[in-house]
Amino acid sequence: MAVRVALIGAGKMGISHLSILGANSNVEVVGVCDTSKLVLGALQKYTQFPCYTNHSKMLDQAKPDAVVIAVPTKFHYDFVKDALSRNIHVFAEKPFCLHPEQSAELTALAESKNLVNQVGYHNKFVGTFQEVKRLVKEGHIGEVQHFEGEAYGPVVIKKKADTWRSDPSEGGGCLMDYASHVIDLINDILSPVKEAHGTILKTIYSSQVDDAVYSLLKLESGASGLLSVNWSDETYRKMSTSMTILGSKGKIISDANELKVFFKDQKCPQGYSKGWNVKYVTDLAGQVDFYLRGEEYSSQMDYFINTVTGESPNTINNFKSAWITDKAIATIKKSAKNQY
Amino acid sequence: MERILYGDNQFFAVNHLSDSKSQALAVRFKDNEAIIRTLDHAREAGINTFMCTTHDRIAQICDIIRANPEKYKDFKIYPCMPYAHKYANAMTDLGIAGTIKQYVPGNLFGTMFKGGKAFISKDYVSIMELLIDAEMKMFKGIKTPVIFLQNVMTDLLLGLGMVDLLKGYHDYIITKYNAEPGYITMNMPKLLDTLEAAGISNPIICASINKVNFRMSGGKEIYEETLRTRKFRAIAMQVLAGGAIPPKEAIEYVSGLPNVESILFGASSKANIQNTVSTINNFDSNKV
Repeated sequence: MAVRVALIGAGKMGISHLSILGANSNVEVVGVCDTSKLVLGALQKYTQFPCYTNHSKMLDQAKPDAVVIAVPTKFHYDFVKDALSRNIHVFAEKPFCLHPEQSAELTALAESKNLVNQVGYHNKFVGTFQEVKRLVKEGHIGEVQHFEGEAYGPVVIKKKADTWRSDPSEGGGCLMDYASHVIDLINDILSPVKEAHGTILKTIYSSQVDDAVYSLLKLESGASGLLSVNWSDETYRKMSTSMTILGSKGKIISDANELKVFFKDQKCPQGYSKGWNVKYVTDLAGQVDFYLRGEEYSSQMDYFINTVTGESPNTINNFKSAWITDKAIATIKKSAKNQY
Repeated sequence: MERILYGDNQFFAVNHLSDSKSQALAVRFKDNEAIIRTLDHAREAGINTFMCTTHDRIAQICDIIRANPEKYKDFKIYPCMPYAHKYANAMTDLGIAGTIKQYVPGNLFGTMFKGGKAFISKDYVSIMELLIDAEMKMFKGIKTPVIFLQNVMTDLLLGLGMVDLLKGYHDYIITKYNAEPGYITMNMPKLLDTLEAAGISNPIICASINKVNFRMSGGKEIYEETLRTRKFRAIAMQVLAGGAIPPKEAIEYVSGLPNVESILFGASSKANIQNTVSTINNFDSNKV
């Protein structure tokens, strides 16, 4: 039987999720909720999806098994809680919550009710980053000494009218919106962030939020590393996220497309040899049934649906992992003494 | 359509496998002359169709083409719209409504918003037509016999089930531009089903078709089956799967498939362009 799914928030990410859900034969979309007349009008006129302007009303009337929540971050806490309290499985967009205490509460609530919980850190479903995690966790590059986590892209490249993304109290800014992806990868592949030093939250074009984040991190494992993220860099065509990891037995340089691994000696995993190895996402990405913008967006939604039907464990991108990332974001923010 | 179409990814730092190669391409094709020189290599190799996105740089290339009518008298462009990253980056910053407001020319959108009333179907059709016109402006005076909807837009509408808009695009391209509408997709079998159900027969569909199953949603077998048994005009793209397959092997596979009318490829050096063209021609001439 198809999983009954509803969507709250049909913005850029929400619409993309909705299209992927709409194409999934294991899913029945039972409701879409948004407050934009423009978007809701288009959905009403051109799709079969039942439309709502009030999310509580939708949850009560449409009675979904699962809900995808893609609203501005400041609403995540309330909306996720509304869904969990009705015993509905939840997929929420990233970052999870504005405050780690809220993330902790929701994590406990979802676990106590035994509900499926997932957050949209889609890089975890990118083939290259999955392989990086495997190489690190299986110890193939030895003890991790240092890393660099980077992301650059052309999101804010001139002064513009303000939206929620330019309001720090609503979850805007490069640290929350953009750097969170990199921080989440660091937490997951290496170890949770323990301390942040010398953090610079730099304003470039925005008036109230950071457009770049630079910070020296110390992880619980003892490894040190550099976080360098800038969403006002127009030399990039789109977001480019990368990880460089230096270990006692080798080194990894990876982005979402290309994985380069250097092994110091012959003792390396199958498919690799001493010296430099290059692998591409074409070798590592799994097949999806419907493609929109990247395999990882379909894969993460398939994973969510499969978890709801009991076919996958709720281990990748669960609330708990997103809570750890929210804690790291708070740690980094706290260490930024000055705005530059 | 010609058998071989020349694409533009290499000019705009699009490399599906490497961010660092992307950057190298951005450096290499910084100047328009570098693009024109490479287009000339493609023309010398016998390719007269350039399939390109509606990137700002293409507007400048179009100026050069218009200024040299004799040189480019047989030259055709297949525009592919919209240039998605322009909109995607703007959406992260401005939201959906803010983005449309920024890119829909004139005052129409502002007027609609101020009204505070519900949008009617005519409004959405107007927005779509104005956006198409805005994207097409740069090609004025240039032959554009086929006009494509980019895969991000095609596949978004496909997943949402917005069939009327896929059909609306089709009809507007025919009536306004006297051209054939084409669709780029990463979901070819599903798109064909949907277009046929909307009453569009024998559509032009450009899809990722390659030996290693790269970006072939649902799997290679369904694609091969669709090519074998259905009626549509297929263009194979990403035949090299971003470089994962050796060129000869890649082209041998695609050339051997039934019903592939054209092959789209992009290459940045004269030697690679010539090699690709001669490899395609060789396999074609050996076909019974």
